[in-house]
Amino acid sequence: MTTVTDQTTQMRQEIQVSDAAEDHVHETQHPVFEVIDLNVFYGAFLAVKDANLSIRQHEITAFIGPSGCGKTTMLRCFNRMNDFIETARVEGSIKYHGVDLYDPAVNSTEVRRRIGMVFQKPNPFPKSIYDNVAYGPRLSGIKKKGELDEVVERSLKGAALWDEVKDRLKASGLGLSGGQQQRLCIARAIAVDPEVILMDEPCSALDPIATARIEDLMQEIKSKYTIIIVTHNMQQAARVSDRTAFFTTEVNPDSDRRTGRLVEFDRTKKMFSNPNDERTEQYVTGRFG
Amino acid sequence: MSALPSLTIADLQGDRKRRNKEARMKVVFRIAAMLSIVISALIVFTLVRGAIDFLRLVPIGDLIDSAKVPGWFPRRERFDLPTVLLGSVIMGSIAMVVAVPFGLGTAIFLSEYASPRTRKVLKPVIEVLAGMPSVVVGYFALKFIAPDIVQPIFSPDKVQNMLAAGMGIGILIIPIMASVSEDALSAVPSSLREASYGVGARKSSTVAKVVLPAAVSGIVAAFIIAVSRAIGETMVATMAGGLDGSGARATSPLDPGLSITAALTNAAGGTDGVNSGAPYQVLFFLGLLLFALTMILNLIGDRFVRRVRQKY
Amino acid sequence: MALVSPTVRSSTQEQVRQGLTRRDRNVAGLVLQVLLLLAVLTTLLILFTLVIRLVTPAVPVFRERGFGFLTGTIGSDPDKVGIWPGLYGSFFIGLGIVLIGIPLGIAAAIYLEEYAHDSRLNRFIVVNIRNLAGVPAVIYGVLGLTIFVGWLDPITQGKTVIAAALTLAVLVLPIIIITASEAIRAVPQGLRDAGYGVGASRWEVTRDHVLPYAAPGILTGTVLSLARALGEAAPLILIGAITGLLPRTSLDGAFTALPMTIYSWSSKADVPGSVLGFENVAAAAGVVLLLLVLFFNIIAVVLRNKYEKKRTGT
Repeated sequence: MTTVTDQTTQMRQEIQVSDAAEDHVHETQHPVFEVIDLNVFYGAFLAVKDANLSIRQHEITAFIGPSGCGKTTMLRCFNRMNDFIETARVEGSIKYHGVDLYDPAVNSTEVRRRIGMVFQKPNPFPKSIYDNVAYGPRLSGIKKKGELDEVVERSLKGAALWDEVKDRLKASGLGLSGGQQQRLCIARAIAVDPEVILMDEPCSALDPIATARIEDLMQEIKSKYTIIIVTHNMQQAARVSDRTAFFTTEVNPDSDRRTGRLVEFDRTKKMFSNPNDERTEQYVTGRFG
Repeated sequence: MSALPSLTIADLQGDRKRRNKEARMKVVFRIAAMLSIVISALIVFTLVRGAIDFLRLVPIGDLIDSAKVPGWFPRRERFDLPTVLLGSVIMGSIAMVVAVPFGLGTAIFLSEYASPRTRKVLKPVIEVLAGMPSVVVGYFALKFIAPDIVQPIFSPDKVQNMLAAGMGIGILIIPIMASVSEDALSAVPSSLREASYGVGARKSSTVAKVVLPAAVSGIVAAFIIAVSRAIGETMVATMAGGLDGSGARATSPLDPGLSITAALTNAAGGTDGVNSGAPYQVLFFLGLLLFALTMILNLIGDRFVRRVRQKY
Repeated sequence: MALVSPTVRSSTQEQVRQGLTRRDRNVAGLVLQVLLLLAVLTTLLILFTLVIRLVTPAVPVFRERGFGFLTGTIGSDPDKVGIWPGLYGSFFIGLGIVLIGIPLGIAAAIYLEEYAHDSRLNRFIVVNIRNLAGVPAVIYGVLGLTIFVGWLDPITQGKTVIAAALTLAVLVLPIIIITASEAIRAVPQGLRDAGYGVGASRWEVTRDHVLPYAAPGILTGTVLSLARALGEAAPLILIGAITGLLPRTSLDGAFTALPMTIYSWSSKADVPGSVLGFENVAAAAGVVLLLLVLFFNIIAVVLRNKYEKKRTGT
């Protein structure tokens, strides 16, 4: 146990050293998230083991790895969506600007307002485009029509959807194409003015053109938000992210359940050109996974 | 680049009003769910307490004493348990003889043979039968089945008898027999049917040798649940059974008879406001008996239903 | 060769064709199909006969009495009786279910589907509700007699329509919980995730997304349970619904309900010299009850269709 933790701590320090030269601005700030010795259980089963990493502001961090490696599980810890999985349990800590997200005093609803999420399958509410975007702001107490109109317009523009839907805001969100629906979901997420947006394989249900639009959009909004994206598309991670975390699975010797392990976390450029770990290299070069 | 905000736990506690509302709603919903346990507890308490009071008045030995007159005569404080049990068994059996062929036949037809269009028409019709008030079927058994069906064919001594009542109960439970069996039949995966057709089996042999055996536990469940409903059915037995709360032990379906349920309603309604003494208290004892019988049947039926779910 | 092969081919073709188009003389299959059809047709015939045998004796009542049959009161002269006290009682029973049974049932379903953890207690609640749904209606009458007529006498005033409404609300509660739970369970998880994702609380997600989506299913279930309760007579006998004379309809006095009227008239002997028999008025009351039940069934279907359209956004 101790050696593993030591190794990861050492790794973290190494990462910081390699970053320091390139990007000292970020290093002087404390990170948005700091994940410390995180273990996620489903019942007795360990889904993610001993993860340590930090997420920095206005960066896109990608989680990659083979399926079942715990990357989505991990992502859903950042806004406590795992609370809804009956048996899920978290050990260790995730610090959000220094506050432990799993502190009993923390309200998960407030966490989710600050840390938005975009899901794998576009899931607009069966309401109008306008109401989809206005839903979050209304919950936070914005009731005036003028104010809401402004938020809706700003959010739809932010999600690069405004020009396509401005004439049919009252139409159902379900009438949009898959790519438009996903951008509507992004608009809905940014309407509550979150600091972080978590994206769980947001393009896996989309065609390449719609995917490209979402990827462009991510680059546009990254100056305002901090983004964590889970993807099983390595090219996507390489294209959009600043940093990449590579997860893999370890088969437990006594059962055939798989536990996810964070193998390596570094700048994307380095991860795809000169990774430290052999498993990362094998994965990014397509030899396994 | 601006300095990052530093947060405290207070920042992540959210709006207090919203948080309190959330907590209040959860309590409300929880109480509503707990209420079902309170109801069950009250049912058991009511029945057990009343039954004990009854047994203080009439010793349990008297209820099965074969030396005494075989019959149910509350006014004479003669409560012969075999009389009402037999009544329920006879009427229940007749009901099953009616409900099984028609209910199961309808289920097989709907699930295996009917075109989507036929289903669309047939299902609502069966639903109308399922929603039929039992008092209407009681009227039908009393005014039509007894005089116009049973009388001409079997010419019983009395126009009203357990056969007519049993048939009425049977009509009432056709829909439950049909719907539970149909659920079981549609739970049989189509791959099983395709496998049978794949080796050149005909539709009839596929249904008889593949689908029905695969759905057998669901059909058993339907049968048991239907028996439970038949025994618990009150209005038809009360209206068409032919006895007004008392009578000799009947052994033939063509005799008038009392079921547990009919004896129960008569104990409550037939004593003209008298609500004490054994003739009244017996209703709690009968209620407990009925509750126990149907609960055992329901639990067994449920187990079979679950077996269907586990299998597929 | 060129001459031979087409012949060979055509004879094979002929054989295969014959094989595939051979008339299937499957006697057992035919018998099975006929039997099944017979079962279905007999069921339909029973339903048809039932309706005919209810409507035929009812027709003279509606012809002779018209609206007077709806506004008259119960009594001993079949030429003068009416179902007003029955309608009055059934209306307030229905109201009691709408005000008490339905909200409680939906609330319990929300708890079980949206809030409850997989604990032993919650599993017990679910099993318990399933069992309650199978308890015979007449047992609820015994419960109502003890609790609502007896213990809660200061509130219900004893054998009143209030006690009846409470009893039947308890009777349909498990059915409402089960149907509402099923409807809520059918709500896609993605919809909840979307709500939680923008920082809605459980109650907000339930109110804004889960309930609207599940509304058609919940409504259908509740309306059908309402129909069921309106047709129920056995529990009412237990809690002392009136079968004889009822001088005055009120909330705090003696009461009856539509199915009770049918029950009591069905067994009454005809009065000599009267035009209509009690058999006729019982049938007429049965027709009114059946129409009410059908009406609620149709409402259920219409509501379901309407919400279905709204939900799919067309």
